[in-house]
Amino acid sequence: MKKLLWAALLLVAVQDGIAADRTIVAPFETEAQTVSPTRLDTIVVASQRKRGVEPAPACSDAVFCRRVYLDVIGTLPEPAEVTRFLVDNRNGKRAALVESLLARDEFADYWSLKWCDALRVKSEFPINLWPNAVQAYHRWVRAAIHDNVPYDRFARDLLTSSGSNFRVPPVNFYRATQGRDPQSLASAVALTFMGERAEKWPAERRAAMAKFFSRVAYKKTGEWKEEIVFQDPAPGAEIAAVFPDGTSVTIPADQDPRVVFADWLIEPMNHWFARTVVNRMWAWLMGRGIVHEPDDFRADNPPSIPELLTYLEKELVDAKYDLRHIYRLILNSRTYQQSPIPRSDLAKAEPAFACYPVRRLDAEVLVDALGWISGKGEGYTSVIPEPYTFVPEENRTITLADGSISSPFLDMFGRPARDTGLASERSSNPTDAQRLFLLNSSDVQRRLERSPRLIALFDKHRGDAEELVTQVYLLLLSRAPTQAEIDAVIAYAKSPGRSPREAGADLAWSLVNSKEFLYRH
Amino acid sequence: MREDGAVSEPGLIRGITRRDALRRIAIVAAGVPMAATLGRVAWAGDAPTTPPTAKTARAKAVIEIWMAGGPCHIDTFDPKPEAGEDYAGPLGAPIQTNADGIRIGSLLPLLAKQADKYSIIRSMSHGNNGHETAAYITQTGRNPGERLVYPGFGAVVSLFKGGTNAYTGVIPPYVVLTAPLGRFSESGFLGPKYAPFATGGDPNQRRFAVEGIVAEGISDERQKDRRELLHKLDALGHALPKSPGLEALDRCEDKAYDMILGDAGRVFDLSEEKDPVRDSYGRTTFGQSCLVARRLVETGVPYVTIHVGGWDTHKQHFETMRRRLPDLDRGVSTLLQDLAGRGLLDSTIVWCGGEFGRTPKVLWEAPWNGGRGHHGRCFSTLVAGGGFKGGVVVGTTDKKGEDVADRPVHPRELHGAMYEKLGIDPDGPLPNQRGLDVTVTDPLEGGADAKRLPEIA
Repeated sequence: MKKLLWAALLLVAVQDGIAADRTIVAPFETEAQTVSPTRLDTIVVASQRKRGVEPAPACSDAVFCRRVYLDVIGTLPEPAEVTRFLVDNRNGKRAALVESLLARDEFADYWSLKWCDALRVKSEFPINLWPNAVQAYHRWVRAAIHDNVPYDRFARDLLTSSGSNFRVPPVNFYRATQGRDPQSLASAVALTFMGERAEKWPAERRAAMAKFFSRVAYKKTGEWKEEIVFQDPAPGAEIAAVFPDGTSVTIPADQDPRVVFADWLIEPMNHWFARTVVNRMWAWLMGRGIVHEPDDFRADNPPSIPELLTYLEKELVDAKYDLRHIYRLILNSRTYQQSPIPRSDLAKAEPAFACYPVRRLDAEVLVDALGWISGKGEGYTSVIPEPYTFVPEENRTITLADGSISSPFLDMFGRPARDTGLASERSSNPTDAQRLFLLNSSDVQRRLERSPRLIALFDKHRGDAEELVTQVYLLLLSRAPTQAEIDAVIAYAKSPGRSPREAGADLAWSLVNSKEFLYRH
Repeated sequence: MREDGAVSEPGLIRGITRRDALRRIAIVAAGVPMAATLGRVAWAGDAPTTPPTAKTARAKAVIEIWMAGGPCHIDTFDPKPEAGEDYAGPLGAPIQTNADGIRIGSLLPLLAKQADKYSIIRSMSHGNNGHETAAYITQTGRNPGERLVYPGFGAVVSLFKGGTNAYTGVIPPYVVLTAPLGRFSESGFLGPKYAPFATGGDPNQRRFAVEGIVAEGISDERQKDRRELLHKLDALGHALPKSPGLEALDRCEDKAYDMILGDAGRVFDLSEEKDPVRDSYGRTTFGQSCLVARRLVETGVPYVTIHVGGWDTHKQHFETMRRRLPDLDRGVSTLLQDLAGRGLLDSTIVWCGGEFGRTPKVLWEAPWNGGRGHHGRCFSTLVAGGGFKGGVVVGTTDKKGEDVADRPVHPRELHGAMYEKLGIDPDGPLPNQRGLDVTVTDPLEGGADAKRLPEIA
């Protein structure tokens, strides 16, 4: 029945005469419909039809495999994992892969990275959490993601905790702001949990919300950089505050106003809360929020598909704030599993989610991918006192807790500085310097020349060029090459004066520099 | 009337200000809905508006010598021998320069002969003693605390002078020799497109291996061949020929190959310089960096930072001064002389300083054993070229060099004065992708009529 509906919708789209090109583009697409349409897809396709936008076909298994590894665990698949997935011919293998990735440790690593961007986890200017607190805070966030703590509890803990920044890590929420006055704290809360930029609010609305944070206080201890965040125990009188929805409240002097606010915020009927987080997740996975930017909810910035936002919001509340339920809804949808090649004009297709949008790998994921090829990690150090931080080489960059610990590579590739918590801080736009670095730096050259993985392949498949090319493709692009690609590489290797070693190195160099490697697709 | 010819009649100033304000509103009105609906603004590289000072501005380029860690003002450009050894330390009597009545530290004899070419601001002050925050203030001219993190001076200059504007060369418009400043993001909310290109490598080595431009062991022919292979194997690019994001990558690739295969990279090849020239700059990483900076400016690069660290001398202060200051002295004095000799000093601003000064009173006690701490209340910055007067001292500190005695200068005023020399309107809008309504730099406390560094402008 569902399939019929999908087909009917498509038929209407085709009859409308919109870019009816259904030619399947190898190796990125597949003719077969790999998953059944879900309620989410029905909503998205209905909206696309209204706009006269046609969805892209399903992505191929190989593309799905690489995509879902990068999106869910920020990690490239091992060639053996790719092969196992490709030869598997059971129904539901895509959903099974999603499940297995959600259970991986790297899932917690990668999503802590994203949450710590939003929470501004860094030790130095302009946030100044300092190294010990950064480590404690990051560990707490990671554990919450790993243990799948319901999102309402996660938020409530961040908003209402009191104690030492080392021992009660969520108190660092109130330390990770550029200002510590009530208005700055209120702005941070609005941005993080309501997806709104309080600086765009009328002044009286901001001032009214600030009241809830007017008794947050800080004090030092005898320990270096330890700080206690607490509720000022000597209130003058009761506090008259106004919730962002306009409801007034009088808070008795003996009650913690932060708790009053948190309980209002996480109330299931409060749209600000659930819709903000589902929209954030959608943006993280689909490259663009239903409300875009994902932290700029405003009356004059409406969602591109309001029904989709409402649907996801309700699903989250009904699932008792289980975020993994939302991951599953999105990742197992046809919408997510579309090809990256739009069938309608891109400017129209993007806000209608009518293709999977290509975007450059995150700086951290890219440097990890290069390290994975070369068998050598980065090894970060920080001179910020104190204590000095040394991150061993075997630690992945996606596990880096501290936004103040960086490298020229991470800066060059647009890692967010974690100054503001705005999603737009992360940049995946290409720059000349990035391109120069990837194409011609001694760093990348060395990584490829010394890669134990590549060297092993060259040794093992010497004399069988076709197999060698296939294996290098599988390693670097998570797919088999087409015959035309094999032929092109073999022709390159045969040109006069080219040594096999050079040809192999140039193949690896070409693939690493290809858009297919550098871009999620 | 200002020297640069900018209007000083009150009515006209008001007129310009109002026009600027209108222009700013127009930009915001056009920018915000576009950003909201398309999510992508074709902005980067668009020519910003021409400031009123553009016609008379002489400076085309800036060389910044960033002494990271905070160099001591007393041992460099603001000596205090009369304060006694507890302040002056063991470095000896200051030297009289070739400019009337100006003395500088005893370890800077070569700069003493060039004082007619530069001015010294002795009353720089922001009051902050944390490296990262003080660096932010001196680099951006802004006080921290707002949600926005502003771009540094170099990023703003490269925004106005690079891209499709005055400078269209192949070498990026903002180069740092050799490592980025770190500790804060130089490009702030402008994003990594405006971050400096860090050369890596060491210009004092036999070959200055600039990361990305010079690849050892790969012939030009192989470069061309493998680029062709890359294009053949670019399956995603072929499948998505019209994707704006991927097209942007192609344009970056074209520019990268201009640097790799074209002549532009030769600017980093110091073997093109005669040995006596190289020697005169000093055969050190810093000295040769000064030489590279001169070569870069000569080819039109609008902003070059020489990042020279090691000034955070809590311990072994005087030993460090004896080791480092002669290197600084030789490099900077030769740079000024060389720029002047080539007729480039008039169009090149050179500024030299760090994030703060150091505590005037020497910490003789353990564990410092003759060290100096952080001191943001006053510090010195050297400014030369680009139309600034030389041989002038701006501001004074008290007898012990602890506080500004006269004429405090916040970094925003220095930045504003340099923007004016560069033809960038300090009060004009700062174009940005986020549609923020911000000006190039903050206004002075004296209001719209206040002049920026009139003593040397």
